[in-house]
Amino acid sequence: MTSLDASTRAAARGMSDIKIRNLFIIPTILFLIIFNIFPLIYSLGYSFTDFRASSNAPANFVGLQNYRELLSDPFIWNNFAITAKYVIVSVTGQVIVGFGTAMLLNRDIPFKGLLTTLLLLPMMLSMAVVGLFWKLLYDPSFGIINYALGLGTFEWLSNPDMALYAVALTDIWMWSPFVMLLSLAGLSAVPKHLYEAAAIDRAGPFYTFFRITLPLVAPILMIAIIFRTMEAFKTFDLAYILTSQPTTEVISIRLYKMAFQEWQTGRSCALAYIVLIMVLAITNIYVKYLNKVKER
Amino acid sequence: MAQVTTRSERALNRVAIASVLVITLIFLAPIYWITSTAFKPRNLSTTIPPTVMFTPEISPFVKLFTKRSQLRTQPTAEEYEAAPWWERLVFDGGEKVTRSGKGEIQLSGYPSRFMNSLIVAITSTVLAVGMGTFTAYGFSRFRVKGEADLLFFILSTRMLPPVVVAIPMFLMYRVVGLNDTHWGLIILYTAFNLSFSVWLMKGFIDEIPKEYEEAALVDGYTRMQAFFKIVIPEAATGIAATAVFCFITAWNEYAFALIMTNRRAQTAPPFIPSQVGSGLQDWTVIASGTFLFLLPVAIFTFLLRNHLLRGMSFGAIRK
Repeated sequence: MTSLDASTRAAARGMSDIKIRNLFIIPTILFLIIFNIFPLIYSLGYSFTDFRASSNAPANFVGLQNYRELLSDPFIWNNFAITAKYVIVSVTGQVIVGFGTAMLLNRDIPFKGLLTTLLLLPMMLSMAVVGLFWKLLYDPSFGIINYALGLGTFEWLSNPDMALYAVALTDIWMWSPFVMLLSLAGLSAVPKHLYEAAAIDRAGPFYTFFRITLPLVAPILMIAIIFRTMEAFKTFDLAYILTSQPTTEVISIRLYKMAFQEWQTGRSCALAYIVLIMVLAITNIYVKYLNKVKER
Repeated sequence: MAQVTTRSERALNRVAIASVLVITLIFLAPIYWITSTAFKPRNLSTTIPPTVMFTPEISPFVKLFTKRSQLRTQPTAEEYEAAPWWERLVFDGGEKVTRSGKGEIQLSGYPSRFMNSLIVAITSTVLAVGMGTFTAYGFSRFRVKGEADLLFFILSTRMLPPVVVAIPMFLMYRVVGLNDTHWGLIILYTAFNLSFSVWLMKGFIDEIPKEYEEAALVDGYTRMQAFFKIVIPEAATGIAATAVFCFITAWNEYAFALIMTNRRAQTAPPFIPSQVGSGLQDWTVIASGTFLFLLPVAIFTFLLRNHLLRGMSFGAIRK
């Protein structure tokens, strides 16, 4: 009652609540529509043309030709395959390292807060700059990695078979802390009495892990996995800076080259739409999962 | 979690502590290495075995800030003596420094890119957090039709790969003349950070009891006064944490900066890698540029560690 009273009285003095609400919300929505939705509609139009931003020639309508050509281009599918491989390798690595570290940190560790903070640092850095200094670390003749591992002059980045794994390794270094952080939040939420009950029942460590820890951490771990999958799918900077191998040409790099090096603007808009639909599909799976988590 | 009781448990705990320490060291090693390289004399930066003990120098930083093109003339002993201390520093440190005109030292491209980064990151952070706080309050305190859908729409703007958005933005910017301008990047980063800011701030504002404002309203405040005098101070730490997140994202962004800027408004992330040419390169200078660039983020991370931890897991769980 007071709240209604108070707000009506306040409304009489100043702006009405509805006016304030609109004033607070509408600019943001408009801003996002102008700078996110409008450009996408704009490029949808271009995706049906042979427009090239480098020339002054007018855009010709070509219908679905761009889409047809792209979807039947084995090189594009190869870019998607590389992206998929990259996502699988780096996300798997991050889950293993991140979750493993979280399990270790979840014990009685001195300076836990300090160590967690220190481990945060890699993911706060710029991927482009991280890529640059890992180039120095990976250098075959004077890189610290080869020296530390005793690998001699092993080629990381100029070896086409190795380059993608090298990029993924850097990504694992950068983002395992993120998985660790979320896992830690999940682990600390597991009720202690479950472990006590398991100890009374003389359950082994494997049983305790697979029957208690993992199922209870699974939802939040899943969120971390989905987050990282979407981010890895978008990867551009790290792979672009580290190497220029054809075997590391993830879809974002292909898109960038098509749009800003080959200047096939219309075609690249079409490819952007194909990528967009894939992202929406992944997002949809994510939202479905999120609702499932909420139901629990 | 586990109570340490038995001897094997205790041994296991010791193994865990050792492993965590080793993992932390491995994770920090690359950052330590780039930092130490930034202070090395050039001839020690690429030795095998790697040089660990050395006398730190500031010459890489001097070289970073000054133009390193061919020297017209070596300074004579008299010129060196007559030069002010900062010029002498350049002669000592950077061995090849252009002296254009009367002993003037030219700045390299780095300081201006660093300034561009600061201008763009700070302005877009202020805009994103400002707008985000208003919008979050609107969603938190008033009934909004289709609130869940609107919030999801706001979030969805962040899911697209930057390159996908960059193509149409590039074309639009060309039409309106925003390419290679500070405002062009500021608008993009604000749009990019706004979704995050709204979501995070909504979490923080939801936690402030409504009764605080209601009491203020009863006392004769208007809604606006209540918002500025009660809600904003209560949400201050949340605003700070959100601001740091937005700043770090804008500060680190690469793809848009690469595509939308050339020279005038270029930020440091596309600039530093572009200095790595082929052939013999001076890694100490690249390391010093990288080190300076990482410094603000490292300081923020340390100062706001507790809020960041909370914001991180918070934001991720909420989403």
